[in-house]
Amino acid sequence: MVKEASPLEIERNVGNFAYPETHTHDAGVGLTEKTIHYISDIKDDPDWVREFRLNAYKTFLSKPMPTHWASKDLEAIVFDNIRYYLSGGVQPKRNWEDVPDDVKRTFERLGIPEQERKFLAGVEAQFDSEAVYSNIKKAVGEQGVIFVGSREGLKDHPEIFRKWFGKVIPTGDNKFSALNSAVFSGGSFIYVPPGVKVKHPLQAYFRINAENFGQFERTLIICDEGSELTYMEGCTAPKFNTATLHSAVVELVALKGAKIQYITVQNWSSNVFNLVTKRGLAHEDAEVKWIDCNIGSRLTMKYPGVIMKGRRARGEVLSIALAGDGQHQDTGAKMVHAADETTSNIISKSISIGEGRATYRGLVQIPKHLKNCKNNTECDALLINSTSRTDTYPAITVRGTGNSVQHEASVSQVSAEQIFYMQQRGLTEAQAMSLSVNGFVNDLVRQFPMEYSVELKRLIELEMEGSVG
Amino acid sequence: MNQLSIRNLHVSIGEQEIIRGLTLSIPKGEVHAIMGPNGSGKSTLAKVLAGHPDYKVISGEIEMDGQNIMELEPDERSRQGLFLAFQYPSEIPGVSIANFLRAAVQARLPEGEELEATEYYAKLYEKMDLLEMDRSFTSRSVNEGFSGGEKKRNEILQLAMLQPKYAVLDETDSGLDIDALKVVSNGVNAMRGPNIGILVITHYQRLLDYIVPDYVHVMVQGRIVRSGGKELALELEEKGYEGYEVDAELGEPARA
Repeated sequence: MVKEASPLEIERNVGNFAYPETHTHDAGVGLTEKTIHYISDIKDDPDWVREFRLNAYKTFLSKPMPTHWASKDLEAIVFDNIRYYLSGGVQPKRNWEDVPDDVKRTFERLGIPEQERKFLAGVEAQFDSEAVYSNIKKAVGEQGVIFVGSREGLKDHPEIFRKWFGKVIPTGDNKFSALNSAVFSGGSFIYVPPGVKVKHPLQAYFRINAENFGQFERTLIICDEGSELTYMEGCTAPKFNTATLHSAVVELVALKGAKIQYITVQNWSSNVFNLVTKRGLAHEDAEVKWIDCNIGSRLTMKYPGVIMKGRRARGEVLSIALAGDGQHQDTGAKMVHAADETTSNIISKSISIGEGRATYRGLVQIPKHLKNCKNNTECDALLINSTSRTDTYPAITVRGTGNSVQHEASVSQVSAEQIFYMQQRGLTEAQAMSLSVNGFVNDLVRQFPMEYSVELKRLIELEMEGSVG
Repeated sequence: MNQLSIRNLHVSIGEQEIIRGLTLSIPKGEVHAIMGPNGSGKSTLAKVLAGHPDYKVISGEIEMDGQNIMELEPDERSRQGLFLAFQYPSEIPGVSIANFLRAAVQARLPEGEELEATEYYAKLYEKMDLLEMDRSFTSRSVNEGFSGGEKKRNEILQLAMLQPKYAVLDETDSGLDIDALKVVSNGVNAMRGPNIGILVITHYQRLLDYIVPDYVHVMVQGRIVRSGGKELALELEEKGYEGYEVDAELGEPARA
């Protein structure tokens, strides 16, 4: 099954580039039980995983497209035209020297600063569907932290993996979580032992690099009692003519007193459907925090959630969505309070440019029998042009006494006077726009690790360059 | 050559002609003041000089050091050395003064050259001291929640940092109490010298007690109807603009 990809003609813009590749394994287009078996064979899945996949496949088929509430644009996805598994056959590498030059060049094109490249010593990078580069920082390994690909996770650490896999996000949660459960490959598995505080954020870079190639990575992170972890992922994808589907599932488990912070900065090319399910389970005194930045893509649907299962658990979602011309960012958060004294915080900022559309959907549930639960929700939208669009759909269900919620929403527009003022100080229109936008998201970005805030700023600048003129 | 010159300028917004044949030259090293009643087109002139897109230049010329700037974008005019202190400065939420000014200073450097941060801050603090601004000011968002006086100080701070060849001060005195007026005027006076031409636009004589102009022009209904030395300002303070308005309606420059 060796397939030679023909050389691709690509606009060599930032984020929109690809290198010729050969794929050792290719499941072909379309999805049948045969495809599932093909993937399971190649990955040498244990029986329980094969079965899990097959069941998920059935669930996927039985679930309708959520077009009754979500964008009709989902109908443009032709599942029969998608490749569900593609692999270069490259095994995860341990040393930077062993990383293929192509991949290194890609990192260079992504403009990852020198400092950060060094950081890559501790990076799990997914290149197409397999992690081609995976080097756990020595110190992290010494602390007993497991940081491997999902395949190694389920094989080498079944006792932990199996206990939590698919528990935070059941297969049938939605059509796309079912799809991911059927065909998942790649993604990370992390386990942090009790009391271990991982100092450096663990990072993953991945990108889609084959036409019509859907990417279905699966990440499972478990932080044992009292431990702490920050995980960061960032993506850019090359530009192709036909739609590309990205449908990941990320499950986080924070055991008693643990803290997990999961940071995403995404810059998908404008033909990608990015339909991701992310949820965390916070036990007693635990904290799960999602920091989520969505830039690019044709349609993103993503509502990171936290189930606060234990007393005093905390959940937080800080999200920034930037919808460029022709893009739809349908994002938000889910906060499910399931114990007393749990608190959740949602801050969402969206920017719509040109005919771009940003939608906020928030779900907050506090049932009647709980006491002293709190939720704070703030969503602010910034419209750049008069053709830009924003919608807010908050669904807040709070029952019982002694629980409190706060909800604030605002919509503002960059005014012509503001731009003129900045231009009068010597900034070009595009620079003025990007400064305005950066100002709008600034209070959120300040909470990001330095290198990510720099990267985000750069992405916003690029996006604004393209939208003005 | 070394002047900002406006020749026979006609400007309209929508259907209405606001500036109707205005001619004025501001050489480097001089401070000119334009005084006039409300609605005379003073602020329109300021915005047109800076290239505001809402105004349409029907005819006339604007040259800076001999170069026609009419086709230049507002930011190009700025980088070539034209500064406008706004009557109503815009707020830029989330963007600190330090970062905003830094971007503006950076925009003036040749491509590929990075601003030297230590030098920049040294200069920024020096100018802030001059304007009696607290250091904490730098981290506040540009003009957001500022008092009138703070906004105007911030305009002059930017003027001092960007060191333009020509500066237009549009109603810089409005909204200032006497103490703030003195501080702002000190800031402007410290800028005066052979390398800058300054145009002060004001309704009241008060500002000109502190920023003493070399020349005063009276603007009424879109034209300069009279020019003179600084004593003209005092005369206007005493007699008001009334006589001029009638004359302007007749379409003839007034002769007092």
